[in-house]
Amino acid sequence: MRNSNEIIDDIANREYEFGFTTDIEMEMAPVGLNEETIRFISAKKEEPQWMLEWRLKGFQAFKKMQFPKWQHFEMPELDLQKLSYYAAPKKKKQLNSLDEVDPELLATFEKLGIPINEQKALAGVAVDVVFDSVSVATTFKEKLHELGIIFCSFGEAVRTHPDLVKKYLGTVVPHSDNIFAALNAAVFSDGSFVYIPKGVRCPMELSTYFRINAENTGQFERTLIIADDDSYVSYLEGCTAPKRDENQLHAAVVELVAMERAEIKYSTVQNWYPGDKDGNGGIYNFVTKRGICKGNSSKISWTQVETGSAITWKYPSVILQGDDAEGEFYSVAVTRNKQIADTGTKIYHLGRNTRSRIISKGISAGHSDNTYRGLVQVGPRAANARNFTQCDSLLIGDRCGAHTFPYIESRNSTATVEHEATTSKIGEDQIFYLNQRGIETEKAVALIVNGYAQEVLNQLPMEFAVEARKLLSITLEGSVG
Amino acid sequence: MLTIKNLHAEVDGKQILKGINLEIKKGEMHAIMGPNGSGKSSLSSVLAGRENYTVTQGEVIFEGKNLLDMSPEDRAREGLFLAFQYPVEIPGVSNLHFLKTALNEIRAYHSLPAMESKEFLKLTKEKQQLVDFNANLMNRSLNEGFSGGEKKRNEVFQLAMLDPKLAILDETDSGLDIDALRIVAAGVNKLRSADKAFMVITHYQRLLEYIVPDFVHVLYNGQIVKTGTKELALELEEKGYDWLKEEVHQKESV
Ligand SMILES: Nc1ncnc2c1ncn2[C@@H]1O[C@H](COP(=O)(O)OP(=O)(O)OP(=O)(O)O)[C@@H](O)[C@H]1O
Ligand SMILES: [Mg+2]
Repeated sequence: MRNSNEIIDDIANREYEFGFTTDIEMEMAPVGLNEETIRFISAKKEEPQWMLEWRLKGFQAFKKMQFPKWQHFEMPELDLQKLSYYAAPKKKKQLNSLDEVDPELLATFEKLGIPINEQKALAGVAVDVVFDSVSVATTFKEKLHELGIIFCSFGEAVRTHPDLVKKYLGTVVPHSDNIFAALNAAVFSDGSFVYIPKGVRCPMELSTYFRINAENTGQFERTLIIADDDSYVSYLEGCTAPKRDENQLHAAVVELVAMERAEIKYSTVQNWYPGDKDGNGGIYNFVTKRGICKGNSSKISWTQVETGSAITWKYPSVILQGDDAEGEFYSVAVTRNKQIADTGTKIYHLGRNTRSRIISKGISAGHSDNTYRGLVQVGPRAANARNFTQCDSLLIGDRCGAHTFPYIESRNSTATVEHEATTSKIGEDQIFYLNQRGIETEKAVALIVNGYAQEVLNQLPMEFAVEARKLLSITLEGSVG
Repeated sequence: MLTIKNLHAEVDGKQILKGINLEIKKGEMHAIMGPNGSGKSSLSSVLAGRENYTVTQGEVIFEGKNLLDMSPEDRAREGLFLAFQYPVEIPGVSNLHFLKTALNEIRAYHSLPAMESKEFLKLTKEKQQLVDFNANLMNRSLNEGFSGGEKKRNEVFQLAMLDPKLAILDETDSGLDIDALRIVAAGVNKLRSADKAFMVITHYQRLLEYIVPDFVHVLYNGQIVKTGTKELALELEEKGYDWLKEEVHQKESV
């Protein structure tokens, strides 16, 4: 019989499944970060003047800022001058249809299980694919177009819907919000843009798939989703990266705007390369995600399943501005080996009768460190605001850490803020019980972990819940405490 | 079916089992009684392969194979089932999903294909009726928030579903109300057959009125100090364990 330590070491040695690279001709910006770089990117993308100016504003802000110090991990040294800020698969001309996408690229996504061929695409899911810095394919465009839904790459939106972009860009995450957001504003490459018109319920899941491939690059995509009055959209992002010895920076920005009675559901299944068992390589996932419930009775819900990255550092937030608005945050964050996660949410209750619900499930194994950090803020106008926070940590083995930092700031005495937290270990009793029914330890752990994360996984769209379950099982296969 | 020879085991450096000898044949029903702390649950834990028990001496042969060499899951797959004295709760894992996983793991071990959902549901229904298990509990999370009695009945339901060769029931009757006791006993009786065996650990003679044992063993201080038939249980009910303890101490001092 193998003992627990052997089994724990086993997970440490598990290979990252998506760690291959694609050989494809790339066009890259010269290494380094300066105004020239930004002009280069903007020119490459044939952007209008206002877009370039906005980038430069972001760069000005960035130059004045410093890396924060409050996080619960040691900030790695980041030499931003050593990165290249633009990498795109070389293409001869504008792509008119999916058939014109480089077959090598198509093969890559095939390997990743991401169907970008419309015939083969998951039923009812429209996909936008971002390879390194650029969007390479968006499926189901026609069908969405009939409903007036805009779902395209950010770059395309700048060209085809400049008024919408201008109106909302930076209104939720300003260009000077934080150092990574400012960096993103300056050098963002591409991303997705979504607009759902008044009264439209988007009939399919919209999905973006991010893949970092090139070496020595960062990925800085930007997503902007606007749900107009009485509309609904469910959006999902997935991501992977090849195995590389050096760390790669991913500093994305996501902005969500929900108008009167609109609802946005944003789900993430994050599986960036986490580095090897000694903590070499892996993605730094420093992302700013924020949504605003502008309209009354609007709703924004974040669901995240985080299994990858060397460091995951993000707090998808919701500003509840409208009365009766609702915000939700559901999270499963798994760390193993030397991975670090410092993640959670911020909810700002501004409107009356606003409600929020936070369910966070941390799972740590190996030598990893998993931190929940959350802020619930209630403003003076937010009469009868209600928050419920449940924050659980599950430890596998005894060399990992779990921490919880809940901050509550209430300036309205009629508000109710509830916080519950638990820390548990996968019990030997539980494992033995399952063993005794014929279930081996690896499967037993997967079963227990999936059960533990159930409440969050249930929030994911069906097709992706299955994927996420598999991912959790694979990630934690064989980890016993 | 099961032969236990001179079994010694310790936990955390403390000797708990001190030379157990026991032979269980197909079709037999063995009852194990004995005062609290005498080692009954320890015996079942050692048989099922709980990691924190160390066998220091002796051997156990189950269906011709060396049981102690096998992992806990393989013991289960070979047909050994333990109904736990204290069943654990596993939040978020549905009872049925768990059972289906277990059943298919056991089938895979015997090179059988996974059971189709339809067939599985049929089996579920059949067994649920056989042991009169509350259907509402099947879809709940495994034992989570179950009452003490419900947990015990779930053990019997699982027993019926997994259909082992040898079932060890560790105080499955404790915590059951009078009606439930009768129902559970009836369920166990229905599961009895010529090629199966049972080891029933209990404190109460009452259970043995429903489930009539072929043998009654008394475990005391890590050893089987007396073996008899169902009359022995009656005698214990009447006189308690003191007379037996005295007998043991007298023997020891000779
Ligand atoms: N981890 C442990 N460390 C030390 N002693 C232990 C440990 N586990 C069990 N024991 C002891 O082993 C002895 C036998 O316990 P066991 O649970 O087998 O008794 P039992 O016969 O099943 O009792 P009951 O009738 O109360 O269920 C007890 O004295 C108990 O305290
Ligand atoms: Mg006991």
